[in-house]
Amino acid sequence: MNTQSNTVPGTPLEAQVTAPAVIPATRRMYWSVQRELWESRSIYIAPLAVAGLILFGFLISTIRLPGKMRAALALDPMAQHKLLAQPYDFAALAIMGATFVVAVFYCLDALHGERRDRSILFWKSLPVSDLTTVLSKASIPLVVLPLLTFAITVVTQWIMLLLSAAVLLGSGLSVATLWTQLSLSEMWPMLLYHLLAVHSLWYAPIFCWLLLVSAWARRAAFLWAGLPVLAIALVEKIAFNTTHFAAMLGNRMGGGAEAVTVPGSSPMDPMTHLTPGHFLSSAGLWIGLVLAAVFLAAAVRLRRYQGPI
Amino acid sequence: MACIEARGLRKAFGATVALDGVNLRVEEGRILGLIGPNGAGKTTALNAILGLTPYQGELKVLERDPWSERDQLMRDVCFIADVAVLPRWARVSQLLDYVAGVHPRFDRARAEGFLAKTTIRRTSRVRELSKGMVTQLHLALVMAIDARLLLLDEPTLGLDILYRKQFYDSLLNDYFDRNRTIVVATHQVEEIEHVLTDVMFIDRGRIVFDRSMEEVEPRYLEVMVRPEQAAAARALKPMHERQAIGGSVLLFDGVDRQRLAALGDVRTPSIADLFVAVMGNQPGQAQGAL
Repeated sequence: MNTQSNTVPGTPLEAQVTAPAVIPATRRMYWSVQRELWESRSIYIAPLAVAGLILFGFLISTIRLPGKMRAALALDPMAQHKLLAQPYDFAALAIMGATFVVAVFYCLDALHGERRDRSILFWKSLPVSDLTTVLSKASIPLVVLPLLTFAITVVTQWIMLLLSAAVLLGSGLSVATLWTQLSLSEMWPMLLYHLLAVHSLWYAPIFCWLLLVSAWARRAAFLWAGLPVLAIALVEKIAFNTTHFAAMLGNRMGGGAEAVTVPGSSPMDPMTHLTPGHFLSSAGLWIGLVLAAVFLAAAVRLRRYQGPI
Repeated sequence: MACIEARGLRKAFGATVALDGVNLRVEEGRILGLIGPNGAGKTTALNAILGLTPYQGELKVLERDPWSERDQLMRDVCFIADVAVLPRWARVSQLLDYVAGVHPRFDRARAEGFLAKTTIRRTSRVRELSKGMVTQLHLALVMAIDARLLLLDEPTLGLDILYRKQFYDSLLNDYFDRNRTIVVATHQVEEIEHVLTDVMFIDRGRIVFDRSMEEVEPRYLEVMVRPEQAAAARALKPMHERQAIGGSVLLFDGVDRQRLAALGDVRTPSIADLFVAVMGNQPGQAQGAL
């Protein structure tokens, strides 16, 4: 419309339009992620609280440590490792579990909360696209939480190790056995690999599905996230008397263990063999990532249409 | 140069028609009051202009298509909605950081300057502020943005008289200049009447009145008529008649001032009275332009 007046060159109005001050996309993304961290403080408070509890419990358990160490020295290396590394594995698993729960609840609220409190009208009045907003929200479970989990776990395990060393040295025992059996230098890369491969890449379709539901549902996002999944499994069972969908879901939730590590072993176990080649070439990973991208694209589109509820 | 130009703008929610072929043109440097009863389509019109809702028909805002270019458009457009929409969890300093981070035209020092005149503390969370303070905060953020178009949707709803007056005073004194355009949608006509350069009435999704204030003043006149002269006055075909103490007040469109002066005291009607007169003349179905 009004093409004549639009093409008049050299008007001051036009000059302003064609030369806007520019903010790089990365900066908009940075501040969008920052705002998620401001809003959802549970992202870092929950894992830190779990880490604090673990350290508190561990501190009490160090009373028994010298006795445990003496007992361990009599065992073969395999059993020694199992005995000494157990609290460290447990710490990592507990922090990981906490951040997974945080990620699920974060995703379900991410695109719902801003519509519920009407702040979407404020966010949309700023020059930030729906794509940037949705990607910044997706980056919390896919990038921020795995890296945060890694950092908090490493620090927690370091403190545990320092506490143990202090107690052992205080009771005249050597730290060497503990150090060799823990082999943190192998454990930590393994942990990082597990977090990125499983919690970020393998779980991506789960988190993106939850984001999509939070963009779509008017209320009870939690219910809407689960109901369609249950419905599909139910219809499949009744119609064909098969459970492929449920099995597929189970495999996804279980972390796709066969694609990542030797089944049945702890992710931090140095005996575990990493199989990144196998993982990266598995169909399950790529199908999941395609699904995640489809869910995200749908969430971006929905946010464009959605206003306050 | 038109700041906003719409032709045949239409929007329906199911069977409810919110915008029924709206044509409007808002020039740069104007302060337009978009006035209508609840449910007339004010908010829908603003949402279309802001790119918050898809629509049928043609719409250009600052030469952009708002629906497909919302994020670019928002560099030049600011918006304050009917109720406080600032996130309640946010601290004042966080909002300043965020807007400075994403908005290329935000002048943080200017926003801090506006806030310094209020009692709002930088460490407060939005949820701790009173409704009036939240509006002050939002206004401080918006006035620090060098935008070309500011849209306000019932911005002072629920505020006490001091905040309402202060709100429009700040806008006029600290913000408005001839390069900016302001559109205020409201149904509280009285408090904005003196700041407007243009006025539009919207009823059931249609623009039923669209005049500049310069046009309104000579054209529409109100006469206070004593009962004995009522018949003579009615013969001049008033738009609207209402009863007042000691006689009737008749509102005329385009009748010579001298002729009216013979009938009683002549004055320029308030926008509120004009609004009532225009709305009273609307036919039952949403057909009528004036």
